[in-house]
Order: sequence, then C-alpha cells, then structure tokens
Amino acid sequence: MRYIPVTCEQREAMLRAVGVSTVDELFSVIPEAVRLEGELALPDGLTEIELESHMRSLASRNRPAGALVSFLGAGTYDHYIPSVVDHVVSKPEFFTAYTPYQPEVSQGTLQAIYEYQSMVCALTGMDVANASMYDGATALVEGALMAARVTKRQRVICSPTVHPEWQNTLVTYAEAGRIEVGQFASVDMADGTTLLHGDDATSGHTLADELASGDVAAVLIQTPNFFGSFEDLEEIARLTHEAGALLVVATNPILLGIMEPPSSYGADIVVGEGQPLGNAMSFGGPGLGFFACKDKHVRQMPGRVVGRTVDVDGNRAFVLTLSTREQHIRREKATSNICSNHALNALAATVYLSAVGREGLAGIARTCVAKAHYLRDALLASGKFSAPWESAFGYEFALAYDGDVMDMHEAMLERGFLAGVSVADVEAEWPTGIDSDLAEHLVLFAVTEKRTKREMDAFVKEVASL
Amino acid sequence: MTEQLAHSPGTAPSRGPRSLIFELGAPESRCVEAPPLDVPMGSLDEMLGGRTRRAALTLPNVTELEIMRHYSHLASMNFGVDSGMYPLGSCTMKYNPRINEDACRLEGFAGLHPYQPEDTTQGALELMVGLSDALAEITGLPGVSLQPAAGAHGELAALMVFRAALTARGDARKKVIIPDTAHGTNPASVTMCGWDAITIPSNERGEVDLDALKAVLDTDVAAFMLTNPNTVGLFDENILQITEAVHAVGAFAYCDGANLNAILGKTRPGDMGFDAMHINLHKTFATPHGGGGPGSGPICVTDELAPFLPGPIAVEFEDGGYGLGWPEQSLGRVRAGYGNFGVLVRAYAYVRALGGFGLREVAEQAVLSANYLKVKLEATFEVPYGRTCMHEFVMSGARQKREYGVRTLDMAKRLLDYGFHPPTIYFPMLVEEGMMIEPTETEPLEALDSFVKVMLTIAEEAADNPELVKGAPYSTPVRRLDEAGAARNPDLRYRPTPE
Repeated sequence: MRYIPVTCEQREAMLRAVGVSTVDELFSVIPEAVRLEGELALPDGLTEIELESHMRSLASRNRPAGALVSFLGAGTYDHYIPSVVDHVVSKPEFFTAYTPYQPEVSQGTLQAIYEYQSMVCALTGMDVANASMYDGATALVEGALMAARVTKRQRVICSPTVHPEWQNTLVTYAEAGRIEVGQFASVDMADGTTLLHGDDATSGHTLADELASGDVAAVLIQTPNFFGSFEDLEEIARLTHEAGALLVVATNPILLGIMEPPSSYGADIVVGEGQPLGNAMSFGGPGLGFFACKDKHVRQMPGRVVGRTVDVDGNRAFVLTLSTREQHIRREKATSNICSNHALNALAATVYLSAVGREGLAGIARTCVAKAHYLRDALLASGKFSAPWESAFGYEFALAYDGDVMDMHEAMLERGFLAGVSVADVEAEWPTGIDSDLAEHLVLFAVTEKRTKREMDAFVKEVASL
Repeated sequence: MTEQLAHSPGTAPSRGPRSLIFELGAPESRCVEAPPLDVPMGSLDEMLGGRTRRAALTLPNVTELEIMRHYSHLASMNFGVDSGMYPLGSCTMKYNPRINEDACRLEGFAGLHPYQPEDTTQGALELMVGLSDALAEITGLPGVSLQPAAGAHGELAALMVFRAALTARGDARKKVIIPDTAHGTNPASVTMCGWDAITIPSNERGEVDLDALKAVLDTDVAAFMLTNPNTVGLFDENILQITEAVHAVGAFAYCDGANLNAILGKTRPGDMGFDAMHINLHKTFATPHGGGGPGSGPICVTDELAPFLPGPIAVEFEDGGYGLGWPEQSLGRVRAGYGNFGVLVRAYAYVRALGGFGLREVAEQAVLSANYLKVKLEATFEVPYGRTCMHEFVMSGARQKREYGVRTLDMAKRLLDYGFHPPTIYFPMLVEEGMMIEPTETEPLEALDSFVKVMLTIAEEAADNPELVKGAPYSTPVRRLDEAGAARNPDLRYRPTPE
C-alpha cells in the first residue's frame, strides 16, 4: 500500500524542477558512513485487504473485557459509551486537525475544549480547568509539581491508598529532582483509608506525623481510593491547610455526578482519570487526565487552556490563552513541558457528558453504586469472601477471597467472568503497605451500569461453587 | 476552485459561532439514560457515607439531534488534513489512513482492560512487540519503550533514562546543551528532569556550531539534544563529529525525533551516534493529531541504556508467547498503563501497510516535495538557508515586511482565505518573519502547485494592496481575535446566568 498520490511521471518532473536527476541526490548531504544501503528489515508492505485481515486476526487473539462479564476496574472502567460519542469524534475536521494555533480555522476544537473545561469545573466544583493532560497519573504528578511552585516548597506527601501505578509515576518524576516524596503514611485498617491520627503503636506513620515535620508543599489523596474507600476529605483538608500545604485530590468523574465535589472540602487542585467519560478502555490508553484548580493559582497551572474572547467584528470567539506559562514561549521556565492535551479524548468526554446530562450522569452513578453494594452483599453472603474493613464506597470495593485468588480468576475466566483485580498483582509493582498476607487474598471488584443482576447472581453462584 | 471563493473584505460567511452546548436543550431533554435499576436501592447518602452531592452541577440536558447539530457545526469551523493542505512545519500533517481508524476500534483492541490476564491479551502484546521491533529497526536503537504519551513526554522519559544511567555509574551531572533552534519542549523537559538547559547559537549555515558546542562540553554535561534534520529543515553534515564530541566527555546524545519523516529508510539516528530518541507516532507514523492529542512518543535507546527504560514493556517469551515485563534497572513508570495503545494500533497498521520499501518512499517524496516548494518560492521569498532541504524548509517574509509593511502573520492569515492552513510561523526564532513549510509526502502535485500559486498571489497582493493582506482573513468564521484581552481577563469557563 502507499499513501503517496504523486505519480512516477510527476515525480520526474519535480526532480527536474529541483535540478537533480535522482532523488538520492537530495540525500547526498548525509555522510556516506551513515547512509542506509538497502532496505529496512521489515515485513513487506500489505494491501488493505491483507492488512484488514491481519489486524482482525491480532484482535481476535484477545478476549476483550468488553465481551466478557467484567468486574475489572482499578482506574479503568467499563462504562457504556453512547453511540453519539464516536460519531462526533470521528468527524475528520476534529480528528485530523492539529493543536488550534490558528484560531480562525480552529473554533470547533477551541469551543469544544472551552465546553470541556466548563464541564470539568462543574463536576469538580473548581474555578478553572486546563484542556486536559495525558492521564490521571501524570495529572496527579503535575498537581504535585504545581503545588511545589505555588508554595515554593519541595516535599509532597502521597497517601499510600493512591493507585500504586500513580505512586510509581510520582516517584519517577520526583527522582528527576524538582520534588521530593516524603515518607508514606500507613493504611488505616479499620476502613481502608489513609491513617490520619494515631496512638503509640502507629506513631510516626500517620498523615499528621508526616505533616508535623513541616515544609510540605502538598498532600496527595485519592477518593474513593485505590481500595474503593472514601477518604475523610474534611479532616485531611484541615490537617493539610494547617501545615500550609495544598491539597491535591484525585477522584472518579462518574461519581462526581452524585458525590459532593472535593472543592466543598477545600481541595486546592482536583485531578483524575477521565476515561470513564465516554472513552474506550483501549488496554489502558489513551484516556485523559483532568486537572482543575483555583482562580488564584491559574498562572501556575500546567497545560493548554482555552479562553473566551471576541474577534475584530465583535463575535464571540475562543483562543488558546495564558500561553506565557508554556514551553513554546517560556522554554526552560515553563510551568510544564507538556504541549499536547488529549483533545480528542476530552471531546469524547464532553460529548459523553452532554449525552447523559446532569440527570443521566447522576442516574448512571447511582446505578453503579447500588449494583456494587448488591454484589458486595451477595459475595459476603456466599461465605467465600470476607470484608477486610468496613467503609463507605462508591462502585468499587475490596474483599478477601478465602482461597487462591489466581486459581479463582482462572476458573471464573473459563466461565466467562473477569473476576476483579488482584491487589497483590498490582502491589507487586508498588506496595501500598498493607499486610502482604491480606493483600494476597484481596480482590477489587468494580461494578458499572453495564452489569445486570442476572450476571451478578450467576457470578456469585459460580464463584460459590468453586 | 479556491480562487472563485469570495475572499475580500465584507464577505465573511454566516457560519460563525452560535450557542454553547450549555445554552441548548431544556431541563427535561434527554439523550442517554441509565437502564432501569434491577437491584434494590438503599439510601444513597448512607452508601456514600454522607457525601451526597449538594453542590449545583451545571451540565447541559440535550437531545441527540441537538448534540449532532451542535458538534457538526463546530466541526464545520475547523480545518483538518481532510479539509486541505496543512503545510505546518515540524508537525508532519500527513493523511491519516482510515483503515487504521477501523483497526483501533475493533472490540478486540478497544475493549481490552489493562488488568486482564496476559493469556487474554496475546494479540495486543504481539502488536506492541511488533511495533517496538519495527521502531528499533527504523531508528537503529534496539531498546524501546512505548510508554510515553507524547513527544515531550518521550523527551522527558529519555532524559530520565540518561539520569538513571548516570546515577548507576555514580556520575552526577548538571547540564543539558541545546541549540537555539530547538523546540521549546526541549529546555522545558530539561528543567522537569532537574537539570539546567544551556543554549548554544547555531552557525551561519543553520547547523550546530561545533566550536560553540565543544566550548561548553565538559564532564558536568549530561546530554546534548539535537533535532536532526534540524528545525530549519537541514541535515547536520557534521553529525558524526557532534556525537563524537558529546561522547568524548561522557555525555549522551539525544535526538528529537520530530523530523524522522525525512530520513525513514535513508539513515538511522542510532548509526549517527545518538544514544536515545523519541518518535512522534502522530507525525511520522500517520496517527491523527486529534486537535492536540492524543499522540504517542515512544523512546528508542542503545543496548547500554535499555535496562533503564520506563516500564512495563511488552516482551516475547522463548515459547512464542507474549507478556509484560520490566527492564532490569527500570527507572519506573512515567504514566499509568502501557502507553497510548489505541495510537500504537494505528502506527503498527501504518508500518505494516508500507513495509521497508514504502517507508523509504515516504521520506523520498517528503523531501522531494519540500525541495520542489522551496525552488518555486525562493525567487519571491527570502530563504536564509538556501541549500537542499530535507522534508521542510524555512523561508522569510522579511522582504515583504521591509518593502510593504506586510508581516508573515498577515500572509499566514491571508492563506486561510485561499483554503490553506498556514505554515508554522515565527519558529525557529532565529529566522526573521519565518515560515516553516512542510508539505509531507501525501499532498498531490496539484495541491503543491496550487499552494505555490497562492503564495505568489499573496506576495503580489502584499505589493499592490498591502491593506488587503493586513486585514485578512475575510472568509473564516471568526477573524483576528483579541488574544491580549483573552489573557488579561481570562474567561475560562461557562457561567450560567442567574435566573
């Protein structure tokens, strides 16, 4: 296959116009020692028919969660994607456009981003949002870096209940030098949340202890957290602000439809993974990181941002703005090196939120919560699972399986179920600090609106019979 | 055809901005709702531990038709590669093949959860290994991580690899050297990696000034970052001396891969002595730009650096199966998940469609098309670096500014009236009134000729009727926005009018 429309004859004419006889003459500037003789060792090109068949065959070697009864979550969720979403993002004027540097011919992208920013502000209750970031993990890191710039401090404290992959990402960035990650506090085993205050036995391992050492730029919290439990944002905000630090909260955008937003508890920066809003799971990417903060910190915010203005005729118009924060103007003094946003994923999120609307989002969130509570009760009643703690949760929860988790997962996959995420598997990469004997048995279950009572009942029946 | 379009003052079409989505619909309008609840519903507030939302939630309530009309209207105000030629230098706005769009939407790819057991994701992992192998072959750098989400993310990840390798050999360094023609992301990434960026001037040929480079190279230098071909579209002839000088002080040579399109199958950064590079799959490998993303910025490194790559990465086992693994001394993650997988699917399909022969043809045509435009335009516009260019070149509007007071910005806006997206302007900064033009290999000759004709027409207009050019554009939905006002009084979100 080739995607080059110039014909052989035209090519000859172009070579003559340029004044060379062969195309290789154009490459004569490349030192001979590094010129590639012969062809790259790659498989031969395919016709479209062959390619289509090859791609289908690769795809058929996967068993997608979307085609199984899946209870997998832990950051990526199998929500229903309204048909209208892909029809909008497939419009070529959206997906074949570049970053909207020329506002006169980019009003579509720019207005859509402005709408997206408005919706993120509505969900999170914050004043301003950027045009989106790579994913939830990098948005959390950018939140920590921003807090460091605002407070002119370097040390950030991350809750051990933040998603392990996000903690791992944070520490990678911290090793590059601009921030330090303080010691991690412990998990409160009473409810699977961050240990805030302690007694003699836990001394030195609580958030309060960590903050007492002073000079903290930010506290990073996820709620509901990796284990599904809601954190006590009110108390965390109080402790954080007493120490003069900023509170960075990661959260789930679907739950924001029914849950009091972090802004109400005093969050300074709110971030999260936006995949649940109309984006395919796609093996974990691309999704989008949403990022929102307060007005007073907007000039320290990373990433692209779109503002509303007027044109020379007085028409309402939209434009990339506050770019003096950014790398193409400020170079080494920029607030971040980021120059893309996940515009198309943000567009999907915008169309999703338009399609479900205020009532639909609340309805979907309520449905997920009710179903998750139903499944948890049923699994506990099966006698095969026990609760590691009692805590309020949204549509994801952790239970300890009475047996070998890997065996259970295999047996249930044979029956067409993806039976939750093994906490030990995720922890193998980055420990959250809970007891490893417990972690080995812990399974995270997520239940979206796509799951039916019949599927859940069948699942419980099968898992009980193992 | 474009010539027939009305494009003089007072002819703006009526497809300007209308409503925001928030201003449409009615409280009872619905598009998609949750299915009827088939389980008992307890007290929501109890389930949420007293966290039920009390704050207002300003989301629209609209019907599906309103959504389609609204976003169709927005799309009509956008210019994409499908709309016309997009000669945006440094951005490689080539055609995005549709089969790739179909492939990434297959349920077997789009429906995969990252935590599925590996035996249910063998096809996806095989694809990732296949793409990694192809990128290694194309760049001559055998270690590949597909994790980074974008070019700038890849740059940062590669600098982190350098840092990890230096730390492992107990060799703390402080600086990274960058030519003045570098993309802004280079110095910004250096800062994020905790180092200081040192800028060196280019020589009069637009290349790295070897003496200036050598003068700042010492054992405090961690790396030298170079875009080659560089941002004025020239292949640096001294590349081997440059990488040798960098290595002589124990530093690493980094290749910004933004311009890989020019050299596919012709030469390889690994063979030039680079230790690491990022690749913009959304440029060279034809994945769509999406109005700003998602992109994908895999990094390729030498064998020496491969153990430090960010993970996890897809690997092939001896038994022919595939899995995810961590490089031995991996620096950790730079994001959640395994990369922008949906973008990787498209890039893989592109590589398989073209093969080695097709990729070389891409570079050859991209370079030929750029030189063709340069030859056709250089009598009218100043071209500061006149020799054979690679896949793009930079010309200057200095003559038009000097003689007629018409700036490059004005000519760029005028191009919009003729149905072309403007080139990249005012970058790199060392060219006065610069226009960086990259046609890409996917433009037909008719489009190239039409672009030339329009540029020459605009140059004539600049001479005969400079005010016409300075007032452009006339045919776009909005024109000449108040950008200063937008920054001075930021309005960054919709606020409902109180009732």
